[in-house]
Amino acid sequence: MSFAIFSIPLLGTACGLGLGWAARRLRAETDPIVNRIDRLLPQTQCGQCNFTGCRPYAEAIAAGQAELNQCPPGGEAGIRALANLLGREPLPLNPENGLEKPAAVAVIDELACIGCTLCIEACPVDAILGATKQMHTVIAAECTGCELCLPPCPVDCIVMEVPQPAMDRRRRPGPALAAGGP
Amino acid sequence: MQDSAVELARNAGQRLFHFHGGLHLRHHKQACCQVALQAVAIPPRLYIPLMQHAGPEATPLVTIGAHVLKGEPVGRFDEPSIGYVHAPTSGTVTAIARQAITHPAGLEGLCVVLKPDGLDRWIQLQPIEHWQSVDPELIRQRICESGIVGLGGAVFPTSKKVEEARKSAIHTLILNGAECEPYISCDEMLMREQPDKVVLGALILQRAVAAEQVIIAIEDQMGEVFSALQTAVSKAECTHIRLVKLRTIYPEGGEKQLIQVLTGLEIPAGCRPPELGLLCHNVATAAAVAEAVTEGKPLVQRVVTVTGNGVKRPRNLLALIGTPISNLVDACGGYTQDAARLVLGGPMMGYALASDQNPVIKAANCILVLSSRDIQPDQAEMPCIRCGECARVCPALLLPQTLNWQIRNDLLDDASDSGLGECIECGCCDYVCPSHIPLVEWFRFGKSEHHLLALERARSDLARDRFLAREARLEQLKQDRERRLSEKKHALQDRPTVESGTTGQGPA
Repeated sequence: MSFAIFSIPLLGTACGLGLGWAARRLRAETDPIVNRIDRLLPQTQCGQCNFTGCRPYAEAIAAGQAELNQCPPGGEAGIRALANLLGREPLPLNPENGLEKPAAVAVIDELACIGCTLCIEACPVDAILGATKQMHTVIAAECTGCELCLPPCPVDCIVMEVPQPAMDRRRRPGPALAAGGP
Repeated sequence: MQDSAVELARNAGQRLFHFHGGLHLRHHKQACCQVALQAVAIPPRLYIPLMQHAGPEATPLVTIGAHVLKGEPVGRFDEPSIGYVHAPTSGTVTAIARQAITHPAGLEGLCVVLKPDGLDRWIQLQPIEHWQSVDPELIRQRICESGIVGLGGAVFPTSKKVEEARKSAIHTLILNGAECEPYISCDEMLMREQPDKVVLGALILQRAVAAEQVIIAIEDQMGEVFSALQTAVSKAECTHIRLVKLRTIYPEGGEKQLIQVLTGLEIPAGCRPPELGLLCHNVATAAAVAEAVTEGKPLVQRVVTVTGNGVKRPRNLLALIGTPISNLVDACGGYTQDAARLVLGGPMMGYALASDQNPVIKAANCILVLSSRDIQPDQAEMPCIRCGECARVCPALLLPQTLNWQIRNDLLDDASDSGLGECIECGCCDYVCPSHIPLVEWFRFGKSEHHLLALERARSDLARDRFLAREARLEQLKQDRERRLSEKKHALQDRPTVESGTTGQGPA
């Protein structure tokens, strides 16, 4: 009888200690949900979601303070991916945040540019090159198409252009599309 | 890779094995193997696409109005290990324009339009006479400069393959003559008519990668090819070249499948044959290498099979790169009355072309003209019934029905984890699917979408890094400013005590 009284609590304590140790030392590293949301956002850093960048928006989604449908550059596909990750129903894009547009890059009309550096300060990814009273230019490969450089320009010499994709970046029509079916 | 596997790979071809799945298909090769190889006349205009293989287009090296000689480079690829696109004959460049090229998705690409002068004059050729004794690197460079790509259909740059292979110890060079797809017979004709060139190319490639032995794998249905190659091998007096006859089954001409048949070893997903000490090249590639090294001629022509019930006299033709396909069909007596569809490649892996004005490219092994009686009426796609036939025939051991479901539901990462990248697009699953689901079409679409997704992710990662770097910089600037401000404030706070001392002393 005494054997049972002592052995069961002893066994329980040993198991508890073992599990407690395992929970601390052998914990599976999971990616925080904010990082996973952030990876699905297009990283244009355009602020159309009413947050200062993609990361703050991701934090707001994770905290339940923002809806999934506030990112126009991500578009419907982005909303679907977010809904899939978070196990929620996809919502249509909120038109108050903007409309989905084809990806574009900013192009500076270099003859009209007066070298004021205002666009350089506005660019969230440092994709504009130039100096005071020197011509500015956009590094096309690094431009996210956020359009934040458009409003500050005093001479309106920046336009958004949809680039012709390189041969290896063109979209192949899907079978259903190719056949004209559903 | 394990040493034991490399040891097993060394015995390649001693015993033959099987790969999973595959199909026994009717050959349809007799019709075009009965007439000798014939060159197509130089057409009035050549359209040379500056994109000949995967990757970005070449940059044109010529201007409109320039006169070029046969074999002169007209385009250069940015990546140094890929080489050039060459003028297939001498003539004048009349335009460099964007137009429909021979591409599965029917895309437009930049083409150099050449008006031949009819003289067919070569540039100064610089053969490497003593290739047996030169530095192997020189051979690789020549292969690169000659614009040679894998002529079996995948058009992977040969010099790049050789360069990668030289990093690992290659013991066996395999020449792939197992042309398993129905209708296509260009390699068979080449081996029959120019066996010496194939064997010479094999020896040069062997020298380039320092392999110990060469295996030339052909199919058992190729008739005279075996004896032709045997004569060529004995003429070349090499004891380390072996001919292996394989039992015909589709798709045994696939690189991984061929290696499995020869060695019994499966190349793991994401690995390449050089890790087992094996290197695989197509026989036509070997012949092109022989021409480039011993004659100095770059790759400006290839053997193309023109066949099917839609042409009057099916045959194999030697065509310049850039020749419009219509000229090839004309050289075969033209279309029959019931010609219905033009396909580039074979019936299993080929793709339909929109127009016969598309030019011959380096990847064009076969022009198949199907007649209306060959084409099955369009059968409506039905839901997948999970019969599993597709998985039974898949030579890459994939589960096509799962991949299909994943791609349709936009689960591209899952599809990639399920081995989408390992799909060789052989079409076996399509062929057996009782629900007529265009599986391979979906897989090609999925691969291209996944590729674009990866590019998009790389782009957004770059944007994130730059955004974070900028945030950090701005934060640093802000802190610096605050520090300076607080230093100034401290300086100001220190001063009044001094001032109070002086003012205190004043009245006294």
